[in-house]
Amino acid sequence: MANITFVEANGTSATLSVPDGWSLMQAATANGVDGILGECGGSCACATCHCYVDDLLMAVLAPPEAGELDMLANVAAERKHNSRLSCQIKASAAMEGGTVHLPETQE
Amino acid sequence: MSGAVLASDHIVIVGAGQAGVMTAESLRSGGYAGAISLLGDEPHGPYHRPPLSKAWLAGEITEAQLVMRAPEMLAKKNITLRTGVSVAAIDRAAQSVQLTNGETLHYTGLVLATGSTPRSLPLPGMDAVNVLPLRSRDDASRIAEALSHCTQQSLPVVVIGGGFIGLEVAATARKKGLAVIVLEAAPRLLGRVLAPVLSDWYAALHRGHGVSVVLDARIAAVETANGLAVAIQMADGTSLPCGLVVLGVGVGANDALAREAGLATDRGIVVDACGRTADPLIVAAGDCTARRLDDGSLLRLESVQNATEQAKSAAAALLGQDRPFVATPWFWSDQYDKKLQMAGLSGGADAWAVRGDMAGASFSVYHYRAGQLIAVDSVNAAKDHLQARKLLDARVSPTPGQAADVAFDLNSLLTAA
Repeated sequence: MANITFVEANGTSATLSVPDGWSLMQAATANGVDGILGECGGSCACATCHCYVDDLLMAVLAPPEAGELDMLANVAAERKHNSRLSCQIKASAAMEGGTVHLPETQE
Repeated sequence: MSGAVLASDHIVIVGAGQAGVMTAESLRSGGYAGAISLLGDEPHGPYHRPPLSKAWLAGEITEAQLVMRAPEMLAKKNITLRTGVSVAAIDRAAQSVQLTNGETLHYTGLVLATGSTPRSLPLPGMDAVNVLPLRSRDDASRIAEALSHCTQQSLPVVVIGGGFIGLEVAATARKKGLAVIVLEAAPRLLGRVLAPVLSDWYAALHRGHGVSVVLDARIAAVETANGLAVAIQMADGTSLPCGLVVLGVGVGANDALAREAGLATDRGIVVDACGRTADPLIVAAGDCTARRLDDGSLLRLESVQNATEQAKSAAAALLGQDRPFVATPWFWSDQYDKKLQMAGLSGGADAWAVRGDMAGASFSVYHYRAGQLIAVDSVNAAKDHLQARKLLDARVSPTPGQAADVAFDLNSLLTAA
């Protein structure tokens, strides 16, 4: 489990306890974080769960795989060096205290 | 309706799936402050359907991970979720819906997001308890249980219907090591949605994973013993023993409520691009709809994107705004380690171009009709897919030669346009 803080573009923030193995997208959408849509239910098919991860998460996460990289190339908001798809980030204890910022738009 | 909140404002949403939930949330984000009742006929709160045939059935995610919105999160948005309730009838004159439990709900706006129901086949033995469709969480649970039974007894799984649901279940069952037979009545798999070249590719993919794919399959009956399907009797006399029959022969729109209320239906609730029916207080979204296009034809789509987009349109329509659904339709299907992503509608295509190597890791098929690009199907080529949606949205058509040339940057056409 990891406590992850989601900060929406308008500044609203929520800290969620994300069980091990859950994706950040699953936790965010189930718990009413509006800045993540996750329309495809986590199949890495829609690119509507774009987020920017903080330095802590950058340090502990494995880099994106090819499918995620392809989707990131076409996200709606600006793609940055720390852009990820939150459906592809599975929670683990190492991510404790991490923060993700959400873009203004997902589509 | 977006002005002052009246105590009597009450939007009733029939159906708590993708379209129903998205409509409720779009009403809130659109500024509607009145009451919202979200009625679901299943015992569960809103959940993601796409993983049911894939990650959930494979045991890779838990039931909790299927949850689309926790009920308390809906409550926080003042959306009243009621599960396990069905609507018996709509009284348009009285602006009310009658529930099967006898209760009557008055509405000032009504959203029909009633979804669809899996079709059956007119064959003997279809009522056996292990002949199962896959639509709901409970359907998926029954299939999961039956798959375990097949594993224990070393019994094969028969999938009737070589469409997306059937083939996704076939792939999942193979992952679990079960023997799988796919019976498709048409001469090719996914014939309604894919180009012949991709149908052949998918047949080869499944055969390569050990699935027995039977095309032009003619089924005579499901043979049962003690209420259980034990074999499929083919018209040619052969018998295929099985422990589970998965039915994936399409769905029918749940349009009866609308029809009985005097609204137009034609294999779906007829709506315009903004999700409106002929009744200004009633809109519809998702699988249950048949959308009237500019040329007068009706389009039925069964997809997450369609549900989401129509939901946004329907919510806007109830708030007095036009928000037509004009985006390029897109779909996806996961089978084994292959992600198929489709953009546009490929019906009526008369020419095709392939980008990439169909024998390799990734490629896309570009569909043309009368020289115009109409759809792109990508396999493990997400970049092509997202680019295709942009090309199709902008009605920019690369030549088949450009599409087939991996050295040609298709994005350059977008910046030029």
